[in-house]
Amino acid sequence: MNYIYAFVIGGMLCIPAQILIDKTKLSNARILTGYVVTGVILGSFGIYEVLVNFASAGATVPLLGFGYSLAKGVREAVDSDGLFGALYGGLSATAAGISASIFFALLWSFIFKSRQK
Amino acid sequence: MYTEHSLLLYMESYTTFSYCEEKTLIKNILRFKNVYINYAASTVGKKEYEGPLKNYFDAFEEDEYFGCKSYEEAESEMVRRNLNLLIAKANLDYTDIDLLLGGDLINQCTSTSFGIKETNIPYLGLYGACSTAIESILCGSVFINSNQINKCIAQASSHFCAAERQYRFPLEYGSTRTPTSQNTVTGTGAFLLSAVESNVRVESAVIGRIIDKGITDANNMGAAMACAAVDTIKRYFEESDMKPKDFDVIITGDLGIEGYEIAKEMLNLNNIEMCDNYNDCGKIIYDTNEQDMHAGGSGCGCIASVLAGYFIKLLNEGKIKNLLAVGTGALLNPNSVFQKKTIPSIAHAIHLSSEA
Repeated sequence: MNYIYAFVIGGMLCIPAQILIDKTKLSNARILTGYVVTGVILGSFGIYEVLVNFASAGATVPLLGFGYSLAKGVREAVDSDGLFGALYGGLSATAAGISASIFFALLWSFIFKSRQK
Repeated sequence: MYTEHSLLLYMESYTTFSYCEEKTLIKNILRFKNVYINYAASTVGKKEYEGPLKNYFDAFEEDEYFGCKSYEEAESEMVRRNLNLLIAKANLDYTDIDLLLGGDLINQCTSTSFGIKETNIPYLGLYGACSTAIESILCGSVFINSNQINKCIAQASSHFCAAERQYRFPLEYGSTRTPTSQNTVTGTGAFLLSAVESNVRVESAVIGRIIDKGITDANNMGAAMACAAVDTIKRYFEESDMKPKDFDVIITGDLGIEGYEIAKEMLNLNNIEMCDNYNDCGKIIYDTNEQDMHAGGSGCGCIASVLAGYFIKLLNEGKIKNLLAVGTGALLNPNSVFQKKTIPSIAHAIHLSSEA
């Protein structure tokens, strides 16, 4: 059942993005950053935690999950180091994800060449 | 009585003539005495060759890299190959050509300059965005008409992948495009102009002026360019003896599906009744049902390849007698989009006739 919840919730989180692409003039970059910011807001109020517990990867994989990680990291860093934690908390929590993105993008660029669809 | 200022404002809004300092009326239509398009050559990419005009293009390349390391080099290679094709068709050598006029969408038109640099032909680079092909033919016709130049090549090109990297995002980014966006054509068209008589004659031309109606959506440039197309077409028909129905075909460069409908409506509102003879190269280069090309084709290569491949052939064979080709260009750059500026556009027109 966990798998089904992951896919259903993950898919449902992607639907607003498709609607935004089709029906608005928002660029992809704006939609992506909008998702991150929404994840930060939902994460900071503890709302997104509920979804993560329910759908696991279905909630953490979409970009909302990245915003949630940023918010969670800042909260934990502020709890341990005070306001100073606001500066490093977000990046520390998401460092693995960011590094993995850069590393794998570089790796694929060595192996593959881009092509037109 | 009008003051000079209000008279100028009146003329700007309503008349077809421009008022210059020497108080000489400048006409909108440039008429040529003896300018002919002797040969034309077109080379396109895979998607364009899979479209409805596949049998009309002279050459195509399946590999979007054209055997090169980058998309920009690919466009230069496409230009180089197409130029060779044109020269071969005409049974000439590079040394026989007095002038080459050309341009593309890439910054500083490097795709053209790298593509033609080995030819040593005297070169004038042009930029009219997607109207560059018509701009080149127009300028070439003026040179030929002046008898200062014997043989002139006019050309334009674009490459989908190179244009995406420059104007939007590199392909590697994997972004999706909106339904109203157009697909930059991977293609090039080159035309040999001279005073030597042949079947296709350049009768006249209209130099476009920049029109900006405040449109800011870079994903819907068709609407912006439609305004410029309407202005140029209006200027042409208000001065010409010909009516839209006198032309076998009137084509715009790349308004796409949306811009085409807007242009038709605007022209009707201006009492210029366009019949079934009006079409758009961006609409006809792809099969909108079979190919997922959103709002149609765009780019310098769109009207360049469709004109060079399809319409010049029809004119050569006498299947059409009079063609009005209106190249349309959106004069934006990536920074102007980021700075939230509007999209000024321009449209140049040429009247081609068939002597066949």
